[in-house]
Amino acid sequence: MKVHLMYRDLDFEKGAQIPENAETIARDLGLNVILEAMAKGDELVYNASKKAMLASLTDPEEIRYRQEIIKDSINNPAVVRSLYDVVIEAIQKERDWHFYVSSTSSISYLMSASVNVLQMFAEMLRKLRKIADANFPKFSSEGFRRLFRMLQEELSNEYLSQVSQLLEDLKFKDGMLISAELGNYNQGINYVLRKRPEGVMNRIKWQFAGKLCIHPRDENGGKDLINRKERATNLVTNALAQSADHVLKFFHTLRDELAFFIGCINLYETLQHLGCQIVFPIPHNCRERKHSFEELYDVSLALLKEGKVVGNTLDMDGKELIFITGANQGGKTTFLRSIGQAQLMMQCGMFVGAKFFSANVASGEFTHFIKEEDKELEKGKLDEELARMSEIANLIKPDALILFSESFSSTNEREGSEIARQIIKALLEKNIKIFFVTHFFDLANSFYQSKNDKFGFLRAERKEDGKRTFRVLEGRPLETSFGEDLYEKIFGSPLSHQDVDNLNLILTS
Amino acid sequence: MAFKSILFGEKEESLFLPNPEEPEYFGDLNLDYIVEEIVTHKDKYNLKEFLYNTLQDEEIIQFRQEVMQDLEENQELFKEMKRFARIIFDAVADVERTLKRLRETESDKSKNYLEKGRFLDRVEIYLANIESFVKTFHKFDLKSKGLSEFREYITDYANSSNFRKLQNEVQALREELSKVKYCMLIREGCIKVRKYEGEEDYSIEIERIFEKFKRSENKDFRKTFTEDPYAEHVEVGVLDLVAKVYPGTFSKLDSFYETNKNFVEEKLAKFSREIQFYIAYLEYIQAFKTKGLKFCYPKVVSHTKEIFSYESFDIALASRLKDQDKTVVCNDFYLEGPERIIVVSGPNHGGKTTFARTFGQLHYLASLGCPVPGREAQLYLCDRIFTHFEREEDVKSLQGKLENDLLRMQKILSTATQNSIIIINEFLSSTALKDAVAIGKQIMDILLKLDALSVWVTFLDELSRYSEKTVSMVSTVDPEDPSKRTFKIIRKPADGLAYAIHIAEKYGLTYHALKERIKA
Repeated sequence: MKVHLMYRDLDFEKGAQIPENAETIARDLGLNVILEAMAKGDELVYNASKKAMLASLTDPEEIRYRQEIIKDSINNPAVVRSLYDVVIEAIQKERDWHFYVSSTSSISYLMSASVNVLQMFAEMLRKLRKIADANFPKFSSEGFRRLFRMLQEELSNEYLSQVSQLLEDLKFKDGMLISAELGNYNQGINYVLRKRPEGVMNRIKWQFAGKLCIHPRDENGGKDLINRKERATNLVTNALAQSADHVLKFFHTLRDELAFFIGCINLYETLQHLGCQIVFPIPHNCRERKHSFEELYDVSLALLKEGKVVGNTLDMDGKELIFITGANQGGKTTFLRSIGQAQLMMQCGMFVGAKFFSANVASGEFTHFIKEEDKELEKGKLDEELARMSEIANLIKPDALILFSESFSSTNEREGSEIARQIIKALLEKNIKIFFVTHFFDLANSFYQSKNDKFGFLRAERKEDGKRTFRVLEGRPLETSFGEDLYEKIFGSPLSHQDVDNLNLILTS
Repeated sequence: MAFKSILFGEKEESLFLPNPEEPEYFGDLNLDYIVEEIVTHKDKYNLKEFLYNTLQDEEIIQFRQEVMQDLEENQELFKEMKRFARIIFDAVADVERTLKRLRETESDKSKNYLEKGRFLDRVEIYLANIESFVKTFHKFDLKSKGLSEFREYITDYANSSNFRKLQNEVQALREELSKVKYCMLIREGCIKVRKYEGEEDYSIEIERIFEKFKRSENKDFRKTFTEDPYAEHVEVGVLDLVAKVYPGTFSKLDSFYETNKNFVEEKLAKFSREIQFYIAYLEYIQAFKTKGLKFCYPKVVSHTKEIFSYESFDIALASRLKDQDKTVVCNDFYLEGPERIIVVSGPNHGGKTTFARTFGQLHYLASLGCPVPGREAQLYLCDRIFTHFEREEDVKSLQGKLENDLLRMQKILSTATQNSIIIINEFLSSTALKDAVAIGKQIMDILLKLDALSVWVTFLDELSRYSEKTVSMVSTVDPEDPSKRTFKIIRKPADGLAYAIHIAEKYGLTYHALKERIKA
């Protein structure tokens, strides 16, 4: 019995490979907020969602497969939740009964434990099937339909009652029947467990059979009987224990996979409630260069602010390198985060925070953000930045996506630009897509001057009066980061132009 | 020439096994250690009886040497014989146990078909192994009278009508028993038994129903079970019930048992024990042979006292050394003409006592009919071996010790005959020199009169040149470094310093010893 809701042909556990830089991108992109909104306090959901988000899919087909399942989930939240509840119940019951199936347990113990647990599981499986029966027509995804069909076909009422009956019989309330032959010194060999024929005749025959009874205080004799029964049920017990084991694994897998979809449902409902729009993105092959969207927003920011936030609309199709320059605190980093989040969410099959989104999948996603503490621009922090970049270099492959935010600004503009230039050049040659937020005018401008239409240039919007809209629009790099606005804001009076030059010098050094 | 015993030929063996106890000289010669090693892991054969009783019969010694040689020279034969003997011995022992248990437990309530089953099984093993062994046995070339006669005996036995009849009965019974198929219904501490009537294999149905939960990477929960019953009395009870539904078959088993209780061929059973004497000894000396030490079959003589031995060694010492990966030093000796007494002197710890022991061990082993250490040997067929070694007794005084020693010596000299062998080690070493010389000469006179072959380890080198009947042998040292012993004992006049050196050594005052003691 297979689940295969996360992957068409694999179990979640087997298919999901968390990349080594997982913690870094989770932190830089503010994933924790999103994950907590998905989890709503359920640790299992949190972990499953985190795992799913970080173990990116790279095949658009697989993404579509999962999208369909998420769509079904969002449309039928109660059904998915009830499936999840049944599975949780089954696992909890099994734990309560301490069904400890280990290879050191005796056959007798294994036998009775397996029978008991299988009876409980049969009941739970029946519950699952009933849910499937009641809701099949409402689901259109390949994954769910296949799961439900499997439940209906494999666990028909007829089958489940056969199983019930069998499990009752395996308590051997009427005694265990074993056939045997004689060994080289007449010892009993070739024990085979036999089925007692039905009917009165049989009962009568056995009524008159020769009988041997073990005295209640004959410990050895008692153990002998147990030994006989264990010999006879060795193979059967193996089958039962394996089955119990298998069904338990099925429940665990189903739980872990459903947990993710529960997370998606939770996030969807929250965003709906906050009035934030979502859309299922269009994934493109990793060789292509697509990146266009409408009203793309930073989901974690929306969750934190508990309301709608500014979205961006851009068409970056065909671009390999995109610079984002412009006013400080103009929403550049927020924009970068929204790009990063959308990529991860798209590649785990989810919806993204936008009205429209289309992009190519990346072989991996990497972030190189300046650390909060480093805004002092101290020297010596350059080492640390480069070390981080080197770690990325160890892992990054062609067709990856990398997001830089104010990288190498721990040194002066000339040095930092040169380092950045070299890195960008190498990455581009390896077909890696780059988003680079920077205030290094020279760096951005040098690329701008090359008039290569594979390069895109964006600027954080700044109105005439200095007000930020937090939007990012297409625009060439400008020499100033509009420090004078900041100055005015802080000092209360506008800067003179001399001061502006000085200030820019200070700000860009 | 019917086969009787592989150890005693046709002679009456009770004549040759008078001593159940370990001989007195064993301890001094370290033969107790050697015997323990020979019989390691072979307790059930009780071989000590054979090892405590030496032979004074040249014919039997010859008889045994021939058997020993056949087995030693032919690896294949040795292996086959070893296997066969063990199986027969075990089968016979098992049968005895089974018969005993049946006598104890058989009653109206139970016929104990489990033990009778064991009985049948052992009979089958016994018959099958004899048949196959006889076939193999004929492949070998046998030179010994003992094994040839045995082969004739066992071949006749295997071809006898009794043997064949028994084989047929066993086969028929096996066939009948193989048709037995019964069912047990186990419920609440009771077992009911009926014939099997074609009831369905339940595990097939169960596997089918749970088929869909099978996966290749599943754990395997199966346990291994032996087919032996857990509690005998339960299985016996079950079989009694089975017998009730298969009365014909089981009554055949009953009569088989009754008729054939005494199927064991006594001579064969005896053989399977006695042959272990050869097997144990040959296995024992194998360890030394692989280290390059030699063994030979001595000529055992009684008409002359001219004896010799080349490259022999002390087996007990060799055994201890082989575990430390060292080898033992070999020595030679010979006595010709009137020579009777070897007087051994020289530096202490030079191997004199070892040499004396070797002399004793050689004669002991030769009189058992065994091959002895060395390249070649001619040894005397003695009637007894006497030893007089230093005893660490709790004597109150030196006077008391001398008295004890003299008493012991007197006893030996009055019991020994001219055909005995006497081995004296460091007698009189705690008496003043003047007394020792005087007493020593007296004892020597008695020994010479006795004319018994002797070895006397002593510091009194006057004794070594006493008469034409005494021979001096000396333990030698490395000429380069006199503190180094070579452990070689050679015929050579005693150099007179023996006593002095002996005393000085005892107190750690020889040149080398003293040097060692005074540290700068």
